[in-house]
Amino acid sequence: MLDLTGKHALVTGIANNRSIAWGIAQQLHAAGADIGVTYLPDQRGRMEKKVRELTEPLSPSLFLPCNVQDEGQVRATFAAVQEKWGRLDVLIHCLAFAKRDDLTGDFSETSRDGFQTALDISAYSLVRLAQAAKSLMTEGGSMITLTYLGGARVVPNYNVMGIAKAALEMNVRYLAAELGPQKIRVNGISAGPIRTLASSAVGGILDMIHHVEEVAPLRRTVTQVEVGNAAAFLASDLASGITGQILYVDAGYEIMGM
Amino acid sequence: MSQDDIFEKVKKIVAEQLGVDEAEVKPEASFANDLGADSLDTVELVMALEEEFDIEIPDEAAEGIGTVQAAVDFIKEKAAA
Repeated sequence: MLDLTGKHALVTGIANNRSIAWGIAQQLHAAGADIGVTYLPDQRGRMEKKVRELTEPLSPSLFLPCNVQDEGQVRATFAAVQEKWGRLDVLIHCLAFAKRDDLTGDFSETSRDGFQTALDISAYSLVRLAQAAKSLMTEGGSMITLTYLGGARVVPNYNVMGIAKAALEMNVRYLAAELGPQKIRVNGISAGPIRTLASSAVGGILDMIHHVEEVAPLRRTVTQVEVGNAAAFLASDLASGITGQILYVDAGYEIMGM
Repeated sequence: MSQDDIFEKVKKIVAEQLGVDEAEVKPEASFANDLGADSLDTVELVMALEEEFDIEIPDEAAEGIGTVQAAVDFIKEKAAA
């Protein structure tokens, strides 16, 4: 049933083997999708090397540096997609950043600069990628972003990233409304807390995970692969009637009041 | 697990994560000053050690682990608990 054969999927946000984006890339590949990978380049080229080695088993047909704050790299990424694939079917957006100081302590102390950086990288980047991807999704498409409960409720220490995720979730709705007539679906996955390179910057992430393990209906948190499976579903024609939604993949934690 | 066993495993992981020669990973070596670890490296290293030894290293503890020996000591204490 779930078949992504012949679909071209661009996956952003893989940093290492714990990245949620890596769980997604693996499951999209397992379902038959042709994968393109973007990574955040660094001066020493270590990220490129690491992500290249990690993703090699998926034989990505595109492998590109893409810092979403760099216009040139964003343009080059989608030019490469156009050149190589001629179109795009699936866009996976797994990007977020906030200064470490802004992910602990008092939210009201958030600096203007920290606020702008978090919102730019974590929320505006979806708009920018969608802007570039929409004209390439000539046969319709599916855009999927990763969010977290901290964008809808208050989670200690999540702070400015919660505001960024709230903006991101609203981006999903506005984009879905605009792009629906072109058969482009836009959805978000709100994943339970997972220990990743990014989440380790959130103060008390281990406590968050322990809390979920105690309280969530399934008495555990989720894995990267489970998020990947949900993404594969949303990317596929099985989800053809779903757009503008936030799907909680969180072992049920979101329903609990206490 | 003995102190030596832990050290050998730590040495291997540190060398792999930081891209340094195993010979450089001496007990007294500082991750930041001797082995060139930046903040992202440190996070990845902590997570790799957690995975290998099936332990949790909270942020406050991680901040106190500056050298290879400190990591070995922490793991020995945690693994024994």
